Amino acid sequence: MRADLTIIYDWIAPNAHVLDLACGDGVLLEALARHKGVTGYGLEIDSDGITGCVARGVSVIEHNLDDGLASFHDQSYDQVIMTQALQALRRPDLMLHEMLRVADEGIITFPNFAYWRHRVHLGLRGYMPVSKSLPYAWYDTPNIHLSTFNDFEHLCRDQGLVIVDRAVGVGNHRGHWTSRWWPNLFGEIAIFRVRRQS
Amino acid sequence: MPDSRSADPERQLPPDSVGLVTPEVAHFAAPLELACGKTLPAYDLVYETYGRLNAERSNAVLVCHALSGHHHAAGYHHSDDRKPGWWDAYIGPGKPVDTNRFFVVSVNNLGGCHGSTGPLSHNPETGRLWGPDFPVVTVSDWVHSQARLADRLGIERFAAVIGGSLGGMQVMQWSIDYPERIASAAVIAATPRLSAQNIAFNEVARQAIRSDPDFHAGRYAEHDAVPKRGLKLARMVGHITYLSEDAMGSKFGRDLRSNDLHFGFDVEFQVESYLRYQGDTFSTTFDANTYLLMTKALDYFDPAASHDGDLARALSPAQCPFLILSFSSDWRFPPARSRELVDALIHAGKRVSYANIVSPYGHDAFLLPEPRYRAIFSAFLQRVAPASGPEDTSEEPRP
Repeated sequence: MRADLTIIYDWIAPNAHVLDLACGDGVLLEALARHKGVTGYGLEIDSDGITGCVARGVSVIEHNLDDGLASFHDQSYDQVIMTQALQALRRPDLMLHEMLRVADEGIITFPNFAYWRHRVHLGLRGYMPVSKSLPYAWYDTPNIHLSTFNDFEHLCRDQGLVIVDRAVGVGNHRGHWTSRWWPNLFGEIAIFRVRRQS
Repeated sequence: MPDSRSADPERQLPPDSVGLVTPEVAHFAAPLELACGKTLPAYDLVYETYGRLNAERSNAVLVCHALSGHHHAAGYHHSDDRKPGWWDAYIGPGKPVDTNRFFVVSVNNLGGCHGSTGPLSHNPETGRLWGPDFPVVTVSDWVHSQARLADRLGIERFAAVIGGSLGGMQVMQWSIDYPERIASAAVIAATPRLSAQNIAFNEVARQAIRSDPDFHAGRYAEHDAVPKRGLKLARMVGHITYLSEDAMGSKFGRDLRSNDLHFGFDVEFQVESYLRYQGDTFSTTFDANTYLLMTKALDYFDPAASHDGDLARALSPAQCPFLILSFSSDWRFPPARSRELVDALIHAGKRVSYANIVSPYGHDAFLLPEPRYRAIFSAFLQRVAPASGPEDTSEEPRP
């Protein structure tokens, strides 16, 4: 499993009812269902991902996240997950709000644009960064709202959300100590766990 | 277009076909109470099966047919059959409904005109043809009659109940009426209830039939007549709604049959010729009273109605995982109708997967080969295929 998914896996409570936005081929939901008794749905837009989910027995709904989460009732899930999709949404701020409408807790991962390698790309070489976490050229990228560790913390503060936990991923591993101390500089993947202020 | 090739006695059937099949008839002597309050004293169901039932009787799949379909879902009736069954693209060895693993049952619904008891059968109480007196049957009635057929075949629980359009409605009803007898459900290009526009189209079709001078209030058979013109019109209207504007455009455009305009009302455009051909063919193979009954069954279908319009509550008995598929250009039952069903299943906390297949072919797309449709349908059915396949056939049958 991808590094960010491994971290998220540990954050999901046993028997939780979850919604996994941009669930890909359902590998996380399948593992959660099999080992932790987790139920819920994945939302996905990619057709191969959807077929992959169905093949794994994961309940998946074809859905464009930019259309919101109107199909889901308030507070009907324990946790809502969104991995590597925030940056591709038209309005990440509205989606964050929606996520915490349908669930008590949201878990979000996205590529950290302030990662030092990205800074080198842009700052020293003058090119838009292309990396494992941002594997697209500037002209064909689906990522329209790139942000940093710090940017996301700001957004959470503006929306009155509490950051319960945060972690970083670098490459395929959980982040090195440097990335935990200076996540905005050394974290390649930002991983957040947020709740509404009670 | 009509195929003028002559029958080829040496013709090989495709290797992924279920091959030559023969319909069977099951007679039921026990009366069947219908939703309309009437009772059918006895009835026949015509059905076909493909593949073999395994020893545990756990690999049966029920295929429910659409409005003008019937029991012949796959394979050929004769070696020179021009066309295979209506869902042959998806049923056969190695196909999504893999007959190497599944035992497939496809039934002609009650009220049909292809052998099951319907308006063309005799009413045992009067000795006359049922004709217009055949009771109005509903999706629920069909499901109950199919459950009795399952009993007869020794199938306690279907691995899957699947169907498109009106067939998809039967699948929904199965999941509600017999939740313990269905392990999975595939509802394709269907809707939990017709829109006013859908009902309007059905009414145009019915009026076309009923206003045909040869209709004789439904007793046309006794007058040695067939309301062909009405049936033809009904089918033409239906056919327009099954295709998309794009599909018609790319198939016919505004092509003319000849180079000149004639400024008259004969067939000039290719699309007119096509519709007339479809209508003519249909009017010689389908029964008018059956068409009226089937469109009424469509109109009446609304499982939410008995639950104050709450579809999630109507679906609450269901236990199985669902696969819901829609097609992007289907304007008869558009993707939004499927999403209503999906949302209700989500609210009812059921296991459901949904995909909208991009296709230019309108409602008819559910019958046509399409790679993505095939992939997801296969993936779903592979999950429900029992570990043990059909009975070992390598042994010689005992004398």
